[in-house]
Amino acid sequence: MRRRQTIVVLALLGLLVATYLWLYKIGVIGVLQCGTGGCEAVQASRYAELFGVPVAFVGVAGYALLLGVGLVGVQPAFATDRRVELALAALATAGFGFTLYLTAIELLVLHAICRWCVASAVIMTATWVLSLADLRRTPSATP
Amino acid sequence: MKGFYVLLAAVALIGGGVIWYGSRGAPVATPAASAPLPVAASDGFKGFTLGADSARIEVTEYSDFECPFCASFATVQMPVIREQLIATGKVRWRYRDFPLPSHQYSRYAALAAQCGGEQGKFWEMHDQLFTNHQWAQTGKNPRSLFRDFARAAGLDLDKYDACMDGQRYAGRIQASVQEGEALGVGGTPTFFVNGKRFDGHPTSDAFKSLVDSLTKQTKPRK
Repeated sequence: MRRRQTIVVLALLGLLVATYLWLYKIGVIGVLQCGTGGCEAVQASRYAELFGVPVAFVGVAGYALLLGVGLVGVQPAFATDRRVELALAALATAGFGFTLYLTAIELLVLHAICRWCVASAVIMTATWVLSLADLRRTPSATP
Repeated sequence: MKGFYVLLAAVALIGGGVIWYGSRGAPVATPAASAPLPVAASDGFKGFTLGADSARIEVTEYSDFECPFCASFATVQMPVIREQLIATGKVRWRYRDFPLPSHQYSRYAALAAQCGGEQGKFWEMHDQLFTNHQWAQTGKNPRSLFRDFARAAGLDLDKYDACMDGQRYAGRIQASVQEGEALGVGGTPTFFVNGKRFDGHPTSDAFKSLVDSLTKQTKPRK
């Protein structure tokens, strides 16, 4: 249960970070607090959109899903529900893969690092590790 | 369990507060201003021109895409100047970038115009940026809008994106700023007519009078 609670907290943190980047992307926030300037370089690049959808919004949607599933998972009735474990692991794995792709773009293509993206990457990686640990726990029967 | 929800609420409140507070801070540099200049910085480029090479009078304009006076000049005076002085072969017009540091996105806009110029559509992007000048009043990130302008100007968006991502002409813009500063440019728009600073009120009528006067004095080029 403690792992899932941690996943929920991490998902909430990730949701806040992604929301901040998304608000910047759609122009609600005019200035991105970054320090290095790398955030704007990354956010203004072509890679900040995927098929016309801001990558930050993909993050908002992904973290919101993780948060939702995680909140269900911390309810006593779903504490041992295998479906929750699988859903969390699947979402976190997809998120981790996407994070790897975005980090590679930052490092290898744009040569710019966005601190907020790094924060999101750390959160997603931790979420992924915890979700796999949750999955590897005792396989229990679905109620 | 109750403690967990309290923690969750605290994270949400603090995080939301940080986002709200962070969005109110001082402006940071735009991508073009903050990133290192490309190696091929100043390539000796002297600005995009309009009009015949044989024109006896050249007007150099130092301008900033985010500056409202520049936008007003570009949309109100410039069409008349184009018709009366440039299209008639009397004047060659040279545009030089002079993005003011007080404007958050002017350097980014200058980059967009330069990237339009790379595809032979500088003036189309110039017109888009000045005609749709609402972007400069919002303080919002104009990246998507500029892409729309690029699309409307008929640019190849893949090439435009690559140009913007690489900030390919940041060096040119900086060189133009330095050139302007060396000439004493302190604000925008600032004009030089045949190398001499024009200090009058920049209207099409004023330029026409000056050009007519100079045309009488200047011998035709051989």
